[in-house]
Formats: sequence, structure tokens, C-alpha cells
Amino acid sequence: MIRAANLAWIDYAIMLIYFVFVLGIGYGLRRFMKTSTDFFLSGRSIPAWITGLAFISANLGAQEVIGMGASGAKYGILTAHFYWVGAIPAMVFVGLFMMPFYYGSRARSVPEYLKLRFDEKTRAVNAVSFAVMTVFSSGISMYAMGKLFKLLLGWDFSFSIWVSAIIVLAYIFLGGLTSAIYNEVLQFFLIVFGFLPLVLLGLRSVGGWDGLRDRLMAVSTGRGLEPAALTSSWTFMGHAGSNPIGVDWFTLVAGLGFVLSFGYWCTDFLVVQRAMAADSMTAARRTPLIAAFPKMFFPFLVILPGMIALAAGAGVYNKTAGQKGVQSGSVAAVQVAQVDKSGGPPASAQPPRAEGQGIIPPKEDAVTGKAEVDSNGRPVLDYDLATPMMLVHYFPAGLLGLGLTALLASFMSGMAGNVTAFNTVWTYDLYQSYMRKGASDQHYLWMGRVATIFGIGLSVAAAYVAASFNNIMDLLQLVFAFVNAPLFATFALGMFWKRSTGHGAFTGLISGTLAAAVHHGLTLPQGAVAGVKGGYFGVLTTYPSELAQTFWTAIFAWTTCFIVTIIVSSLTRPRPDDQLKGLVYSLTDKPREGDIPWYKRPVVMAVAVLILTVILNLVFS
Amino acid sequence: MGLDIRLPIGGMFFIVGLLLTIYGVATSGDPAYQKSLSIDINLWWGLVMVIFGVIFLGFGIRGASKIKHGTEDSPEGQAIEAREHEASLEV
Repeated sequence: MIRAANLAWIDYAIMLIYFVFVLGIGYGLRRFMKTSTDFFLSGRSIPAWITGLAFISANLGAQEVIGMGASGAKYGILTAHFYWVGAIPAMVFVGLFMMPFYYGSRARSVPEYLKLRFDEKTRAVNAVSFAVMTVFSSGISMYAMGKLFKLLLGWDFSFSIWVSAIIVLAYIFLGGLTSAIYNEVLQFFLIVFGFLPLVLLGLRSVGGWDGLRDRLMAVSTGRGLEPAALTSSWTFMGHAGSNPIGVDWFTLVAGLGFVLSFGYWCTDFLVVQRAMAADSMTAARRTPLIAAFPKMFFPFLVILPGMIALAAGAGVYNKTAGQKGVQSGSVAAVQVAQVDKSGGPPASAQPPRAEGQGIIPPKEDAVTGKAEVDSNGRPVLDYDLATPMMLVHYFPAGLLGLGLTALLASFMSGMAGNVTAFNTVWTYDLYQSYMRKGASDQHYLWMGRVATIFGIGLSVAAAYVAASFNNIMDLLQLVFAFVNAPLFATFALGMFWKRSTGHGAFTGLISGTLAAAVHHGLTLPQGAVAGVKGGYFGVLTTYPSELAQTFWTAIFAWTTCFIVTIIVSSLTRPRPDDQLKGLVYSLTDKPREGDIPWYKRPVVMAVAVLILTVILNLVFS
Repeated sequence: MGLDIRLPIGGMFFIVGLLLTIYGVATSGDPAYQKSLSIDINLWWGLVMVIFGVIFLGFGIRGASKIKHGTEDSPEGQAIEAREHEASLEV
């Protein structure tokens, strides 16, 4: 078992203060929730800087903070591709080109846009799959959190789950989307202030970025890669075998940068809802652009801890001798030893470390409790613990409380994002559309509150299911991936090709999802066995890595949906132009920006975002 | 909407920052700080948070007073309010 950190009174005090403020915000907002629009869309009255920060914060769940730290330890700086390639371009696109239709059509949700643009069945398929997905993803992250706090602090699994569920329930029940958004802003700053000192201390202890790079060379060569493979984001992308993520540049750009990224940032109601709450069209368009600025620097906040965790125990690659392997006698290695002595409990209390594992503990078998080893006899690392171990390693009582509160905040913001998106889609797209039409607004407001309760109830149930049947959750996430992959093709055709029809969109979505399942069923990542990893229809191709398989599954799904939608649309009757005003690019007036100062214009901000992103890529190439 | 979010954010960072600063002073020189490379990180980071909190509180209070002495206090403002009321554009 991993040692549990013991918390001091001050750590609990910081958590308690946070809880008081989070609940206080919900309580303070309760009297403003008069109509269903107030509750589900914040009355479309929030300034852009707030919706912008909420836009990324809702996405910054615990899975992101923990998961990106884990990927940082696994893939090094290449994890930044999930931001610079896999988020920023799509965020710019949704702000510049898609928000005019989401906001301008006055749709109250993304499925409702599909209803306005296409037809009832396209909306239904999107609304149902989205509602199910939000409940389960919130449950899965709740499970991850409960497990983590049990491991780290010895807290009871049920205790952590119920306390956070009830707090999130309370503040959304009282203050609706506004409460979720306001708290997301608070949580955003808390996450930044909780993790920034971790990065600063960590970098200082490994000798800055240069020191980190030198140390990771040894780890990199230990894995059979070029020395700089973990610290160069583009240099080794020419071939899948030469970089740690096992993906070549084309697969990365097409699969992650285009299909998956646009599919998430441009169509997921969880994030789009934040922009829809903005107080004007310009504010809605600026929302993802404002979000893009902090987003591009997040790799330093969430990925670096994982990389530092890996480097904290590593020796230094001897460049002059050109030898691969660890030079344990070098000066830097002695410094490492000193850091280890001064930080944390005495070294003797810890299990002996394998080279290249840093402070990341090996994965323990859930049944036997023994460390798992791979086919080469090396321990399999529990990468998900990279960031949490960093907190325990570098933070004394006081700051540890802040760091753990930041972790809790990230968890709650992600959960609140899911719950607010769920209650809106449930109430507007399912309840109002198929169960009870034409009721009073007060009735739907009441339904929204009820949906908040059972949405959270279902998430808690999903967390317990995840705890007892891990495989079911893997399977579900796989199905969600199939459903999500083709989405962007439908939206892109809907918004930019007025000829596309409801029948086309619907058949496109269904066949795209089927194509994803078929492709996944016919391929396998290298070294995997047929089953949940793919190959259940027989193996046609093997991909160099699981990521490569995921990206290609998405590319196949997207292309199928795109082609099928075009074919079926051409064969079916289009809607007359006058019904598509405000829903399709060519039939919608361009947003006017004449009276906005130039530096606040979406186009100017978009260009600034893209230039900065290119610079970051070049600096860390 | 009703509540200026800068006030609770500023308030929370101010209180947590102050708590960390005081705790940092009280525990200065404690061997526990070997973890944070012998830096009294509670003290310094607490101060950073206090400054951040004060800035946000400042903005929030300034924003609140702006609204309070805003539209209704001037004749033009009252006219605008009246027009908005008639056109039922009030927020």
C-alpha cells in the first residue's frame, strides 16, 4: 500500500473555507433563479471573461488534472499536443464560425440546434446519447476521485463521493447554471493557485527546464527511445515508432487535431452551454477565445508535474560519453539523492525504486496487492498517481491542504459541468419535447431542479457500478467514443452546407458510429489481445499504439458520416432556404463588430491565439 | 447576475492566503519545510494569495460602487430606465 498522507488542522480548514464559499455562492444566487432561462442559461447575462474561464474550467475535471499528469509521465511534453493541436484550433473555430449559429439561433441546447437545423430524430439521438454520457462520465470521475482520496488520505470511498455529490447538488439546485459557472471561475483560480507552486518547486528541485530535460534523457533511453524523445513535441513525430505516443504526425493532426478535437470542443454541450450563457453574441464568440489563452499554458500546470514526477528519481544521461543508461555517479545524481533525503519520509521507508520511475509508485494488482510487472519483468507504473504523489512529495501541511482542495475543486467543476448540461438536455430536449409539452415555465424550472437531483443520484450510482465492475466502464467509454467520433461531420455539414437534410444527418450519424465500431473491431494496438481493446471481428491491421488506433477509429467514423450524409442528403428533399435563416452560414448575416474596439474583436483575438500557439510549438518542438 | 463573482473569489483568496501566511510565520523553520526545498512556501504563497485576493476585492468593490451610483442617479439614466421599462427590456 502507498503511504497515506496525514493532514493537519490547517489542511482541513482550507477545505472547509472552500466548501463554505462554494455553497455561499449558490445560496447568494438562489433568489435570482426565477425562470427556467435563469436556471438553465443564466438568463443569457454573463460577461465574456466569466463564461470564458468557466468554458475551460468545466472541462478541467479531475480526470484532466490527474490524466494529463499521468500522460506527462508516460509521453512527456508530447502530451501538450492534446492542448496545442487537440484543443486550441477547435476552440478558435467554434468561437469564430460556429457560435453565431448556436447563439444566434436562440437554441437552448446543442441537441435543440440539431432539431432546428435538421429534424426531431437527429435531436433525439443526440440528446439521449449525450444525457447518458454526462451521467456516466460524471460517475466515472467520481469513482476515480473516491479511489484516489482513499489511497492518498485513507478517506472512505463512500464518504468522499457523497460529500462532494451533496455539495455540488446543493449549489446547482440553488443557483442553477449561474452557480455552476461562478463556481467554475472560483475553481479555475483555485486550480491555478494550487498547482502553480507544485510546478515551481518541482522545477526548482530538478534544476529547471534544462535540468528536467537532462534527467528525462536517461528515462527516455531506458525506454529505447532517442534521448530527447520525451522533451521534444515535434522532432520525433515523423514515425510512430520513434516517439513515446506511438503516433505519426498525420494521424495526430487528422485524428486528434481535427476529428476528435473539433468533435468535442465544437459540439459538446458541456462546454458550448457556457458560451450560450454569455450576455451578447460577441461575448458568446469571445468565450472560447478567452478560454484559449489560459488553455494553451495549461500544459505547464498539469503536464509538467507528471514529467517532474518521472524525473525526480532519475539519473542524468551522460552526453559527453554518449552512453545510454544512467550515470549514477554524476554530480546531478548526487543532487537527486540529496533532494530525496530532504524531501518526504526517509528513503528506507519506501520500496526500492526502479530506474526511470521517479516518485511514481508501481501499479498494484487489485486482487493480490502485489506490484504488477510487464512482460520484461519491469514494474508497471501507476501513472495516475504521478500528480497526487507530487503533491504529497513537495507540499508541507498548509499548502498540501491547498493542493488537495484544488484537486477537489477540479473534480467538482467537472461534475457540475456534466450535471448542468444534463439537467438542461433532460428538461428541454427530452422532458419538454417528448413527455410533457406546453407546461408552464415554472414547471420546467421545477423539473430542472428535480433533474439535478436524479442526475447526481445516477452519477453516484454509476460511481458504485464503476467501483465493482471496472470493465463495464471501459466498455461504456468505448461506446461513447463511437457515438462522439462522427458528430463534427454532422455539425459541419449542417452549418456550412445548406443542402444537407435531416435524413442525411441521421443516417450519417448512425453509420458513422457503426463505422467506428467496425473499424475498432477489425484492428488492434500492438501487443494487445482481442477483446475490449478491439479485434473482436478479427484482426485486419495492427496499430503501433492504442492512441493510433483511437485516432484512426475517429477518422474512419468521421469520413463515413461525412460521405453518407452527403449522399443521403442529395437523395432527399432539402428544406426551403427561408427556414434555414440563422442556422446555416450562407443564409445568415455576418455578425457586425463595427462598434467593438479592435482588440476585443473575435477575429483579432483568434489571430493572437493562433500566433501564440505556433510560438509555443516552435519553442518546445 | 446580481452577485459580483469577484467579491467571493477575492474574499476566499484573501482569507485562505492570510491563514497560510500566519501559519507560515508560526511554523517558520519547521523541519516539514524540507519537503518544499527549505522554502517557507506557506508564508510566501500565502502572501501571493493575499495580494491576488485584495486585487479581486478591489475590482469587485469598485464595480459595485459604479453600479450603485450608475443609471438611476442621473436624469438621463432615469430616462433610459423608463424607456427600458416601457419596452420591457429590463434585465
